Amino acid sequence: MPKHLRLRLSNVVVVTLFLAVISAASANAQTPPGGYPPADIRYGAQIYSVQCTPCHGVSGNQINGVDFGSGQLRRAPTDQDLRTIVTTGIAGTAMPPFKFDASELAGIIAYIRNFRDYDAKGITLGDRARGKVWFEGAGGCANCHRVYGKGPRLAPDLSDVGSIRSADYLQRTLLDPAGAMLPVNRSVHIVTRDGKAINGRRLNEDTYSVQLIDDTEHLVSLYKADLREFTVVTTTTMPSYKDKASAQEQADVIAYLLSLKGLR
Amino acid sequence: MTLQRRELVLAFLILLIPFSLRAQVSSERLLHASDEPQNWLTYSGSYASQRYSSLRQINLTNVKNMELKWAFQAQSLQKFESTPLVVDGIMYVTQSPNDVLALDAKTGRAFWMYRYTPSPDARPCCGIVNRGVAILGDSLYMATVDAHLVAIDARNGKVLWNKKLAEPAAGYAATLAPLVVKDKVIVGVAGGEYGIRGFIAAFNASTGEEAWRFNTVPDSDDPAHETWSGDSYKHGSAAVWMTGSYDPNLNLTYWGTGNPGPDFAIAQRVGDNLYSDSVVALDPDTGKLKWYFQFSPHDPYDFDSVQVPVLADANWHGSTRQLMLWGNRNGFFYVLDRTNGRFLLGNPFVKVNWASGLDANGRPMITPQPPGQPSYPGIQGGTNWYSPSYSPRTGLFYLSTWEDYSTTISGVPVEYKEGQRFGGGAVTGAITGGDNPGTTRQGPINTYTEAVAHGSVKALDPQTGKSKWTFDMHDVNTSGILTTASDLLFAGGREGYFHAFDARNGNLLWKINLGGEVVAGPITYQVEGKQYVAIAAGNGLFVFSPRDGAK
Repeated sequence: MPKHLRLRLSNVVVVTLFLAVISAASANAQTPPGGYPPADIRYGAQIYSVQCTPCHGVSGNQINGVDFGSGQLRRAPTDQDLRTIVTTGIAGTAMPPFKFDASELAGIIAYIRNFRDYDAKGITLGDRARGKVWFEGAGGCANCHRVYGKGPRLAPDLSDVGSIRSADYLQRTLLDPAGAMLPVNRSVHIVTRDGKAINGRRLNEDTYSVQLIDDTEHLVSLYKADLREFTVVTTTTMPSYKDKASAQEQADVIAYLLSLKGLR
Repeated sequence: MTLQRRELVLAFLILLIPFSLRAQVSSERLLHASDEPQNWLTYSGSYASQRYSSLRQINLTNVKNMELKWAFQAQSLQKFESTPLVVDGIMYVTQSPNDVLALDAKTGRAFWMYRYTPSPDARPCCGIVNRGVAILGDSLYMATVDAHLVAIDARNGKVLWNKKLAEPAAGYAATLAPLVVKDKVIVGVAGGEYGIRGFIAAFNASTGEEAWRFNTVPDSDDPAHETWSGDSYKHGSAAVWMTGSYDPNLNLTYWGTGNPGPDFAIAQRVGDNLYSDSVVALDPDTGKLKWYFQFSPHDPYDFDSVQVPVLADANWHGSTRQLMLWGNRNGFFYVLDRTNGRFLLGNPFVKVNWASGLDANGRPMITPQPPGQPSYPGIQGGTNWYSPSYSPRTGLFYLSTWEDYSTTISGVPVEYKEGQRFGGGAVTGAITGGDNPGTTRQGPINTYTEAVAHGSVKALDPQTGKSKWTFDMHDVNTSGILTTASDLLFAGGREGYFHAFDARNGNLLWKINLGGEVVAGPITYQVEGKQYVAIAAGNGLFVFSPRDGAK
């Protein structure tokens, strides 16, 4: 059998996420016929790094209420909306009008629409239904993570993780959870002046206080002046699945996690 | 005229005197602004820009009794960067994009509001912001985000004249509060991220006629022109987006200049790129350059040197000297002789790795980091445009800082296109795939800054450049600073707190959570014998005074 046919008939559907995103986008009503050409996306990435990062940041979430990685842009549900915003700015906000030519504009829109997964080429996606079963069963993920209102709140709620994290990041987290852990997911260990120990996941912090959800799932706010110990923990209790999950299981659970888009 | 009638007329005239005196802010009054501390007559409080007030009614003891007296809510969700002026009980404050309000400084009630509609071509890089107005006589002066200078009647908010400074569609903007010197209104233009060609210009305060213009990227008749390779000077930026200072004895006005363009593609502009990232000393009558000092030659880091020049006649190793104090975005604190620009001292006030130090002339001994490695301080700098303060009582210089903060910058070639950003590079924060601090607060949640940076209020001794005290904050600090003759220091921060410190040692005396980022400088003033402190936070302006009857 020719090699390309063997691939097509393979039991495991392996695609690059890059292609998956394009095909997924093709099904979206806002997408131009034929999806976003990869060359446009790459060109748009170059333009973005120069024109857009000063305000929106490399991660695309530096403006309050705007997160390109989420795939949800409140002011720009369609590409025409996005085109209008880029070329005319948004009155009363810091968004200025940009003078892009047609190819630059096509590139920037293509890149923003594929923002989250731009660097995810080569990540293997499996079967999301099988991934859900593994997540809730053998993988043990549901012992700590909550999805759509089910499960404990000790670890981050993953109901919308498919909107806010890339496949690349999810894979890195599976293989090296401590190394990949973002500061937003750090936990804290606290001992109050009267000797009470509190462990939990940090939700917010400023110079004088810290807010967390403790290991009994209660929201707690404490003044730092009332604490004897306050440690931001940079390690994690999440195990590495490098040797705990097969390549197939990893591919399946990543596909499942990417399908979690949150409830709105 | 009968005696009785003459007495009536005289009484009427006497009644008028205080009002007529109050209405006119003469250039003489501006020269001696520090002598009337009940008012706040210029952006930085005085021509020396020390943001120091001799008011002392609010003191180390009663500051703990400060309470909110009134608040003004801006009709804008943009950053509130305005420093109000206060003139004889009337406060003049701006709100985004370019509205001016006259408020009763005692109650916050508005007398009038002027609305300016900027051109839709306006494209300021970093927010539709305005930092305040200037006053002379009965006129207010405002620079606009579409690069105009507007004169407004201070009594009724009506426009007196409106002059276009430059083309907003090409990226020119103006966000600073103008500086009035004698009969002229002096402004600069923003747009350093669009490859503009920066300038400082003076206008006749009565007519709006342009008196002079100083190009911060020089013409070919200036030897400094040779510090730009090829035609790179044409889009060399060196924007001027913060208010300058003025020394009436030397008759020099001092202005800081911004980054060269393109920001990061430095191979496109070989040379020192004068007068970017510099302080220039100009004759306010002619605009002629008297001297300059460049902080960051051939800058690849976006280290705008637009900080407000702080002038102090202070002890310098045993004798009084005319100094200029400068906490620069590049992470170094400088002391210059402001008569000639001579470098006297320089010392890093935050972690710095882009230079190992400064040589005898103040030139950085650069240590560029390998590709992909972080540079300290990062792109927002060790400090930025937030106004510092100098207290003649403590002899200390105070500034807001970003500590242990880095970014990784890579330059890529960029072609100039009018009205487009002219950066030429990419900037990466310390947290890959996560939040990194930027030009504005992202929201009320902060679970990341300890991993990338934190802020502080820092007191530096100009004699040594060393820190006397530091008050650390969890988030980075974007606030201006005010000091008073009662040894109080007021400062906010990105977290939304507004604090009062003991300026001598940094002890925290009072604080309040205002809920929104502080990106403005506090002021103080007095009305009907009562001292107030005002600060903008989030989208509001908040005014405090000790609780009535409190000791």
